[in-house]
Amino acid sequence: MSLRRWSVTLLAAFVALLTTAPLLWMVSVSFMAPGEAAQFPPPLLPADPTMANYHTLFGSFGIGRFLANSLLVSTLATILALIFTIPAGYAFAKLRFRGRDATFRLLVAALVVPGQIGMLPLFLELKAMGLVNSYAGALVPWLAGIFGIFLVRQYCLSIPDEMLEAARIDGASEGQILRRIVLPILTPIIVTLALFVFLGSWNDFMWPLIILADQNLYTLPVALAAMSREHVQDNELMMAGAVVTTLPVLILFLALQRFYLSGLLTGSVKG
Amino acid sequence: MSAARRVSEARAGWAMSSPALAAITLFFVFPAIASLFLSFTDFDIYALANLDNLRFVGFQNYARLIENPLFWKAMMNTLLFVALGVPFIVALSLFAAMLVNSRWLAWRPVWRVALFAPYVTTLVATAVVWRYLLHTRYGLVNYLLSLVGIAPIDWLGSPNASLPAILIFVGWKTFGYNMIIFLAALQTVPRELDEAARIDGAGWWTRLRHVTLPAIAPTVLLVSVLTVAGMFQLFAEPYVMTQGGPAQSTVTVLYFMYEEGFKWWNLGSGAAVAFLLFLCILALTLVQLQLAKRSGAI
Repeated sequence: MSLRRWSVTLLAAFVALLTTAPLLWMVSVSFMAPGEAAQFPPPLLPADPTMANYHTLFGSFGIGRFLANSLLVSTLATILALIFTIPAGYAFAKLRFRGRDATFRLLVAALVVPGQIGMLPLFLELKAMGLVNSYAGALVPWLAGIFGIFLVRQYCLSIPDEMLEAARIDGASEGQILRRIVLPILTPIIVTLALFVFLGSWNDFMWPLIILADQNLYTLPVALAAMSREHVQDNELMMAGAVVTTLPVLILFLALQRFYLSGLLTGSVKG
Repeated sequence: MSAARRVSEARAGWAMSSPALAAITLFFVFPAIASLFLSFTDFDIYALANLDNLRFVGFQNYARLIENPLFWKAMMNTLLFVALGVPFIVALSLFAAMLVNSRWLAWRPVWRVALFAPYVTTLVATAVVWRYLLHTRYGLVNYLLSLVGIAPIDWLGSPNASLPAILIFVGWKTFGYNMIIFLAALQTVPRELDEAARIDGAGWWTRLRHVTLPAIAPTVLLVSVLTVAGMFQLFAEPYVMTQGGPAQSTVTVLYFMYEEGFKWWNLGSGAAVAFLLFLCILALTLVQLQLAKRSGAI
């Protein structure tokens, strides 16, 4: 390798190390004994790695419960979002019906409105429906995913019309066409969308904080935030909590990064 | 195509799109519009218990907000986040993208994923991590600074340092996302253009200003618009790291709205905040688009 190649690569490695350092440090401290990290200079590696923090978390703190809650909410959010979004995205791309283009333009315009604008009325609306303090309430925003519709539509536009016409001439119903022809073609974008929704709902904080009052229903971020307010001093324990909260999504991303990054670009073209 | 098939196609179109449209109307459009109406009422904890206590109060919520120093503090903090954060994050992202796009870089995909990773982590979890990294005595940040002779900074305990501290965290968390968008744009800039400028003796900075930036101007605009919107939506960061403090130096508009609405149950007033927030985002986005049009970026 040339000198230039070495120096650029070395710089990139340094920047990458600096970027991932907080995450590596989080994992390292989570294996330290209580109080060990509160020293100067801060230790980088545990002197005597221990699982004690994880035992405390899953034992007396019952973080397993919140982990299960998060898994349930995110899985349901993903399934529901796919069921609502995929047919709509396909219809907006490929089926001719009256008012389609006008409706779609409205949806695109609505993309600039942040969801937080309607949070207070949505809370009151769900209260009237009896959904406050329930998983259903936490799931509701994921049904209204305009971005997902947009993503699926973009992808569907590349399906040749002749293919759908041929199926219609063969007597296939519209529902059959969606299931047997379109869905298999859409597999990559479905994985991308599922990943977006799963990660988004897993990481979401403000809405579950508002809608879930009962501690038993808390998702991991809400539980972790509550814990961190009570246990500011327990550095090592909090790091273990952070690992449990963020490691699942980090691994999921690393495993499926190709789908995530390609979807991100499809989405940002909208601007 | 037969008329019957056309009818069945239209029917299928509506059938497939209406569940999503119904959900969007019910849980997104309706609440957003209702927010405006709610902001003209005195909806509070009494109205929450019994709707008979609800009154229409015109612009009273807005008038009260204008007199509320904490509201102005939140507005100023948020504008400060925008003013400092947008250039900081855009520059950081562009630097990262140019580094990863460098033709001399080996193992590109590895660095790209490493730099992107913070974006997919759970905000609350990494905010907790950064609270410890920024600890005055035991934090890694102050330790690294001490190596170059900088005295410890009370990042989260001093009203002057708290906002930059949160910005450093937000920058770390989000630059990977913008980097990917910049990367896609940079890949469309012809290498020959850059090469020709280099042969003409143009330095790194000159090439950035006169070759790269003009070529990716629309993307710079896109990223700034997204970042402005992101800065207006800061909530979990101050909630976890500073609880709005010290001395309310990190109360953002959204944090203020949350406290107004769900801590004090002043939902009418909270809705007024939400609506003002929306107007601010809209106005700033329009200004940016206008500036871009004038300078010929789009």
